[in-house]
Formats: sequence, C-alpha cells, structure tokens
Amino acid sequence: MTTMLEVADLGHTYQAKSGAHTAIDGLSFRVDAGELVCVVGPSGCGKSTLLRTISGLIRPTRGDVTLHGDAVRGVPEDLAVVFQDYSRSLFPWLSVQRNVEFPLKRTLKRAERRARAAEALDQVGLSGAGGKYPWQLSGGMQQRVAIARALAYRPALLLMDEPFASVDAQTRFELEDLLLKVKREHDTTVVVVTHDIDESVYLGDRVLVLTKSPASVVADLPVNLPAVRDQITTREAEEFVELRAEVARLLNVGKTEAITAKRRSDEAQAAKWVAAERAANRERADREAVAD
Amino acid sequence: MSGFLQRWGVFVVLVALWEAAARFAEDAYFPPPSRIAEAAAELWFSGTADTLFLTDVVFDHVVPSVQRLLIGWVIAGVVGVALGLALGRSERAMQYCGPLLTFMRSIPPPALVPVFLLIFTLGTQMQLATIVFGIVWPILLNTVDGARSVDRTKVETSAVFRVPRTQWIFGVVLPAAAPKIFAGLRVSLSLSLVLMVISELVGTDNGIGAQMLLAQREFEFPDMWAEIVLLGVLGYVFNTVLLAVEHRALAWQPKQEHAPTGTTTTPAAVATAGAK
Amino acid sequence: MIATLLALLIVIALAVGIAVPLGLVLGSVPAVRHATRAVIEFLRPIPSVALIPLAVVVLGIGPETKITLAVYAAVWPLLFNTIYALDELDPLLVETARVFGADRLRVLFFVALPSALPFVITGVRLAATTGLVVLISVELLVGGSGGIGEFIMVARSGAGRMDLVLAGTVVAGVIGYLLNEAFERAQRRWVGWSSVTGEAS
Repeated sequence: MTTMLEVADLGHTYQAKSGAHTAIDGLSFRVDAGELVCVVGPSGCGKSTLLRTISGLIRPTRGDVTLHGDAVRGVPEDLAVVFQDYSRSLFPWLSVQRNVEFPLKRTLKRAERRARAAEALDQVGLSGAGGKYPWQLSGGMQQRVAIARALAYRPALLLMDEPFASVDAQTRFELEDLLLKVKREHDTTVVVVTHDIDESVYLGDRVLVLTKSPASVVADLPVNLPAVRDQITTREAEEFVELRAEVARLLNVGKTEAITAKRRSDEAQAAKWVAAERAANRERADREAVAD
Repeated sequence: MSGFLQRWGVFVVLVALWEAAARFAEDAYFPPPSRIAEAAAELWFSGTADTLFLTDVVFDHVVPSVQRLLIGWVIAGVVGVALGLALGRSERAMQYCGPLLTFMRSIPPPALVPVFLLIFTLGTQMQLATIVFGIVWPILLNTVDGARSVDRTKVETSAVFRVPRTQWIFGVVLPAAAPKIFAGLRVSLSLSLVLMVISELVGTDNGIGAQMLLAQREFEFPDMWAEIVLLGVLGYVFNTVLLAVEHRALAWQPKQEHAPTGTTTTPAAVATAGAK
Repeated sequence: MIATLLALLIVIALAVGIAVPLGLVLGSVPAVRHATRAVIEFLRPIPSVALIPLAVVVLGIGPETKITLAVYAAVWPLLFNTIYALDELDPLLVETARVFGADRLRVLFFVALPSALPFVITGVRLAATTGLVVLISVELLVGGSGGIGEFIMVARSGAGRMDLVLAGTVVAGVIGYLLNEAFERAQRRWVGWSSVTGEAS
C-alpha cells in the first residue's frame, strides 16, 4: 500500500486579540491510498482546523502535511472537499449540472465537462436532475450534488467535513451507503471528519480518535468489518458494537483528562486511563453515544 | 385579469374625475387631462410619416435627454460595479476608503451641480458628470455589500477547486452580489432621472427639463404638464424594463424570495422608492 | 443652513403624518391597495424636481414650495416601507396574540405596530435624506427661500467663488452624513432587537 496522506506533528495556533488559541497540537497520522479514514472527536476540538490545514486552506503553524509525496503548500491540485453546509457550498445561481462542472472549467473542454458531470450525477443517483437549481432539491439531494462535484473532479484525496451532519437520519443512512459504494467503485482515498461515533465506525476502514482541543490523536483503531456494509446487520455485528463503545470511551477520556491524552505518545498510559475509568464512564459513554 | 381591470379601472376613473374637476374649475394652472394629451400630441406626435410622426422636438430634446441619462447610468454602472467588486473583496481597501465613501454618498447630488457647472461650464459634459457622480454611490455601495456577502464556504469551495481568478470574479463574486447590484442599479436609475432634469433646469436650452422651464415661462401650462407626464412615463418604463431584466437575471433565486406581488411591495422596490 | 434644517424637520413631520397612516391603511386593506396600485405606480416615478416649475407658478417661490415638493418626494419611501412592514408581519405572532385573547385593536397596537417599527424608522431615514436632496435642489433652482442650496448658487453665479461653492457642498454633505448616522444610531438603540436594517442605500 502506498501512502496517500501523511500528517506529521501538525499544530496550529490562532492568533487573536484576546490571546492565542491552539486548535490542534502534535497531530500525526497517515492514510494509505484507497483507504477511508474517519476522524472523530468531540465538538469544537479542532477537526475543522485539521481539515483546513490538510486541504491547504490555512497554513499550519507547525508540522507538515504531505500528499502523495508532495508537501502541501496552498491548496493541492487534486484534492476535493465536501463541506457540511451544502446550502452554502453549492452555488445557487448555477444549475445542478453546472455546479458539478464548476471545478472542471479550468482543465476540461465543454463537451468533456458535460460528460464528466453527467457521469458523476449518475453515480449519485441524480441523473435526471441536472437542469434543476439546488434549492429545488431536498437537503440530501443537494449533498449528493456536492459529492458528485467532488467525484467529477477525480481527486486523489477526498476530504469530507461533517458531510452528513445536516440531513435527517434516514437520508444520512442513504448517503453513507452511497459514499461506501462510490469509494469501492473508484478506490478513492477518503478522509471523513465527523463527531458521530456510529458513523465513524460504520464508514471507516480506520477510525482516528481525537482529544478535546487542542486536538491530538488519542487512538488509531482499525475497523475489521467486511468492505460491504449494511445499515442493519453491520450495526448489529459484535465488532461494530465493541468498536463503537471503545471509541465512545476514548472520547470521554479525552474529555476528562485532556492533558494525559495529549501526551499520549505513550499509548499504554492512555490505555491505563481507559481501564481505570472504564467502569465509571461506561454509563456516561453510552448516553453520549446515543445523544450523538 | 379582474385585478388588472380593478387597477386600471380606478386609474381611469380618477383621470375622469380630474378631467371633470379641471373643466369645472377652469384653472389655468391645472388644465384637464384632455388638454394635456392634446399638448403632448402637438409637441411630439405631429411630425411627418417619414419620421414615424415624431416631431423635431423629440429628436432635439427628448432623445438627447434620454441619451444622457442612459449613458450616465451605464458609465456609473460599470464604474460602480467594477470598483465595488474590488473594494468589497479587499478588507484593507475598504478600511481606507470606507469613511470617504460614506461621506461622498451623503452629499445630496444636486448640491454638486454648481460645482460641476464651475468645472465644466454648461453642456453635456457637465450634465453627464452630474448624473454619473450623483448616481454612482448607490451602485458602488450596494456592490461592495454584495461582494462582501460571499460566505466563507463559497470562498473555501472556490479555493479548494483552485478556480482561476476570472472564474472567481465572474462566476462567484459577481453572481453572489447580483441581487444587491440590481437594487443599486434601480435606485440609481430613478435618481438619474432626477439629476437629468436638474442639470437641464439650470440654464441649458436643450432637453426635457429645459423645455419644461420654457413652457412655464411662456405660460404654456398644458405643455408643462405634458413634460411632467412624459417624465413619469419615462421613469415608469425604465423601471419596468429593468425589473424585467432583473427578473430574468435573477431567475435562479428561490421563488419565495421573489414572490409575485408586483413591483411595489418588494424590498428592492422600497429601495427604489428611497431614491428621490 | 438653519433655513434648510428647519424646513427639513417640517418635511419629516409632514411626511410621517401623511405616509404612516396611509401606509397602515394600504398595508392592511388589500382591496384599497389593489385599487390604488396603478395610481401609485404612475405617480411614483415622476421625479419631484419635475414638479418644480408647476409648484413655482402655483405656490410662488417661498418656503412652502420647497417644503411641498420635499414632502411629495419623502412620502414615497416611508409609504412603501410601512406597507412592506405590514406584509412582513409574522402570522405566527398574530396567532399567538389571538390565542392569548387579544382583540383586533390590541393586535394592531401591541403586535403590528411594534413589529413594523424597524421598517418605519428605515423609511423615516430614507425620507429624511430624500427630503434633504429635494430641498437643496429647489433652493438651488428657485432660490428666494434661503438655505444651503441658495447659498451655493449665489456663490457660483456672483463671482464664481469655487471655494464658497465647495464649502456649501461640504456642509450639505456633512448634514446628510449626520442625518444618516443619527438615524442608524437611533435604530440600533431603539429597535436593536430587530435584524431589519433596511436597504443599503
């Protein structure tokens, strides 16, 4: 497996009048080509900052991001982002078709653009909707358009920032399965940032658990579920239930003992904490998982 | 259809009442509408067939007036939108220019007529300068506002897909600012009509305003009224045309924001009304 | 300058007195509004300055001319803002009030009017600036009633004193600026709860 993305000792501190705020600190991980990695962390822990540094939208104050061997300085050529807020990331004055064509204008001729956009819309199950305007579609369909736009761009790395947080539960399941389907078909490398524990386990080949702000990686858990997943049976599988509980516990450790978690270069220490707090936190963790 | 009848029915009844009242009062200052219509026909529509029955007055006064108005409006539109986009997307430029802009637009445009009279003396130059300088502010400020309203997600989306500069400006910033720009254009259009008349009232002998003054001095009140009506019709026509263009250009907007309540009650129309 | 400001105050008072009640009627009785729409749409585009010659022959060149014309111009933005305010009235608010047993009159005074207030204040602001523009135009063109406009025009036509002309223009700008600023402050202060700020111009 070749490494697609490498994040080494990444840190970012915002300078504001009211003082400095460190959003992420000492983050390191790597993502292999064709992998789907979910980054899960408590709300406001700096997930968005992480995503923006990876995509080159903001420059980290320390550390390096490397995409297929090239250091990221500014937005890389072959990277796409799907934002949470589809109603803002889509351009209301462009039809669905033209929204998908939007990033292709720079590189492709008109006819090619059209074909590419049509193909991408077909993949997300919106082949008939190209002539409509975004506001004529439901929220879930709009997010499909945003996904189609990212797919049509054929990125080496697809970043998703809480992509399904603004749609209802039923639609969320559909979109999760859609993502898994296109990822299998295209062998795309995907990084999904989410605060939803179940989602991270359901989607991911691996789950990265972050601590509370300033964020660092608390655990890197492989997901040993079959590649083809199902909303009902997968969620019932023992492996799924265990992992989900594990992630929830880790998140709680991050919450109660951020400092320890931050220095988790020693995995064992974190594990000890997990063991110590397990009993006390169990109930809380479950409630948290449900609430999420 | 019944709404249409109702609207214009009342209009017709009111005109009829005016006619009756004016005939009854026989006041020289307030001629009946029929006399005004007669005067208008005499003034503008008594030409020969080869000029489509339009008179020389139309070509010597009405056409130049309208030309000045439209040229001034187009210049102000281009300048205002271009500058507005540049300023709106640059924090620093706005910090420098913001207070100046607020002050400039606070100057009542007619107060500038004498200034331009001194700079340009009389004539088309001065009139154009008055119109352009007077109406550029609503367009400029609205464009700045619109350009600033591009939300962060759209900025980042465009950055992530590395869209070229031209596509960023014409494909993202301009359409995002378009609703505001149109509001500004509409305010400016009715303002330009005002400034056109003012600039023609101060001592030129050419244009609708000058003709109106002439009619007043010669006590030709039906002619004067005809000019007033002409200005009203021009204002109505310009506004209607621009609204139609706007409606097409902004067809992408969700329908509830563009409720078909006619032209008088939309917030943008409120802005228009604020122009003069 | 005092002459202009005094006239402006009178104009604002008259415009509010005329436009707000009229706006309330037109805004709450759709039939009247439909019936008068054509008339309003025809009257509105007539630039107030086009009426200067008429007003001069009818009213002479005293202050009443400029006040009348300025009121004519200032009424429109206020009228449309008032009508629009009633259109924007959230039916949920009305229903809530009704559920708590408020009758029609109470709804008008305690629900409709307060929620219309931000729009009306915006309307007054527009009316004030509009009124100022017209006042100065009339002073410039007609004279005889004092004011900044006349001052500027005299400075120009007498000796072509560019300095005085510019000074007058700047004063006019300052008045306009202060006027706008004052209304925006008042709006922030009194109806800070509302997100309505009116139009950008």
